[in-house]
Amino acid sequence: MKKVEAYIRHEAFEPIRMDLLHLGFPSLSISEVKGSGRQKGITERYRGAELTNWLRPKVKLECVVATRDVPTIVDTILKHARTGEIGDGKVFVMPVEEAYRIRTGESGEETLQAHPEVAAEATA
Amino acid sequence: MTRRTGAALLGAALATVALPAVAHADTLEAANNGVLPQSVAINSIWVMVAALLVIFMQAGFAFLEIGFSRAKNAGTVVAKILTNFSIAGLMYWAVGFAFAFGAGELMGTSGFFLNDYGDPQEAFAVMGLSDATIETKWLFQFSFCAVSLAIVWGTTLERIKFGVYIIYAIVFAGVIYPIASHWVFGGGWLQNNLGMQDFAGSTAVHLVGATGALAVLLQLGARRGKYGSDGRPRAIPGHSMPLFGLGVLILWLGWFGFNPGSTLGALDGRFPEVALVTMLAAGAGVLASIATAYWKTGTIDIGMSGNGAIGALVAITAPSGYVEAWTAPVIGAIAGVIVPLGVYAIDRRLDDPVGALTAHGLCGVWGTLSCGIFTSPRLAEYNAFGDGGLIYTGSFGQLGTQALGIVVVFAFVLTVSYVTFWAIKKTYGLRVTADEEEAGLDISEHGMYGYPEQFIPAPELVGYSAAPGRVPPRETPRGASTPKEVPVT
Repeated sequence: MKKVEAYIRHEAFEPIRMDLLHLGFPSLSISEVKGSGRQKGITERYRGAELTNWLRPKVKLECVVATRDVPTIVDTILKHARTGEIGDGKVFVMPVEEAYRIRTGESGEETLQAHPEVAAEATA
Repeated sequence: MTRRTGAALLGAALATVALPAVAHADTLEAANNGVLPQSVAINSIWVMVAALLVIFMQAGFAFLEIGFSRAKNAGTVVAKILTNFSIAGLMYWAVGFAFAFGAGELMGTSGFFLNDYGDPQEAFAVMGLSDATIETKWLFQFSFCAVSLAIVWGTTLERIKFGVYIIYAIVFAGVIYPIASHWVFGGGWLQNNLGMQDFAGSTAVHLVGATGALAVLLQLGARRGKYGSDGRPRAIPGHSMPLFGLGVLILWLGWFGFNPGSTLGALDGRFPEVALVTMLAAGAGVLASIATAYWKTGTIDIGMSGNGAIGALVAITAPSGYVEAWTAPVIGAIAGVIVPLGVYAIDRRLDDPVGALTAHGLCGVWGTLSCGIFTSPRLAEYNAFGDGGLIYTGSFGQLGTQALGIVVVFAFVLTVSYVTFWAIKKTYGLRVTADEEEAGLDISEHGMYGYPEQFIPAPELVGYSAAPGRVPPRETPRGASTPKEVPVT
């Protein structure tokens, strides 16, 4: 099991989500985050004085999937999040030791299984 | 705005001030000799109060548009309203008022810079029914011009370049609005020769503004993300319904200057009746709009309740001085039905963030036509324009006149506005870039946010970070790289 954690532009999220849904991966979380990287800051000018804003808003997308599904997820993210400009973001993949589904108490990779019925609904 | 546009503007402003333009002191001498009639003062006070109410409507437009914009585009509306209001004032003084209310069938030709017009009662004969001072009448009519200009920009929110406001405002307040309003209620050919009825400007103010709004929207296009890849419209919710509601209530209040003030005096005793008619229509409009929206969507729509008020107020603007009170709820309620249906229909193809095309355009058309149905013969005779409406006379004559007037004004304003915006598009451009639109007009056009705390993380607001380029990269906060773009290796 792996966790894919991606820092992306806001406008990249919607196409990624739609694709992952069609591929059978509806389970993910996002957070609005602010961070800095190579992208330059924004300088605000307020009544003649300046304030530089180094931290730019990004969306953090997280999802945990079976190891064999990692390339699918990562490719989908790269496909939609890349504009070629500085500030497109980063993707990290990290190991996950265990997963539990709270409703049933079951554990292991089957809690992460792709949902073919959801994908069918989305494409219908 | 580019530096060159700014310099040109400054030059134009200086040129207007440099001209010898001493306002004609038509009342001072009489007052000094103790022969100024009290009626002049009484009528002037009422028209002045009405003008101030209409001027307050600028705040209403500002809050309405801010509420219906996303938070990243809130501040730009403030700068736009102030800039446009100021341009309208200067242009209307220089040429607008003379074109609109001077004598002439096609356009007025006297009273430029409110100067050299002789006897104001003769020079601006269409307003001669009132002896209020000419400066009072100017302020009142200018406030109408500013309202009409404010309506234009409802369709353009969140993506237009700021300079477009400035360029078009000069043309609109100097030429387009004055000439169109001259035809309709400034003593021009539609009013005097054909007998078109438009008491306070359903056509002359609201339809004119909405037509300009259509002309710019056709060339500006929709906001990014408004229409999905399947072509279906998506909601782009505004960020503050409370501010929107405040805007609607301010506009509503302002309309008690807009319509009743169009009597241009207090001593004829007409203005309270017009205020009553205005209130009845607006109330009916809100209720009908809520009911219609509920019927179509199953929810009690906050935005539609406000749009219903505006639509009904626009509709009652033309007939407010021509109809009996009992017809006002009918006119308002029909406008209230038009509003949601119009907004839903237009939204499928055209991205009009505030519903200006419906509230000011369709309801302006309906209000103007409603004169042809409901105008009371006694009031047509009193105002001395046109005849009674269909239900009194059984004749479609007045309705036809109203329709003709609407078509003429719409065609004129659409043509001139379309050409103006086309020229702006070819030279200066209408739209910000996609990146700027994504970042929001506040930061991209004005360099500052309307709501800084919402966009700048709190740790950065304490003010320790340096301006870009002022410090060596090593000393930038928290180990960040330099603010300049780093080339990809």
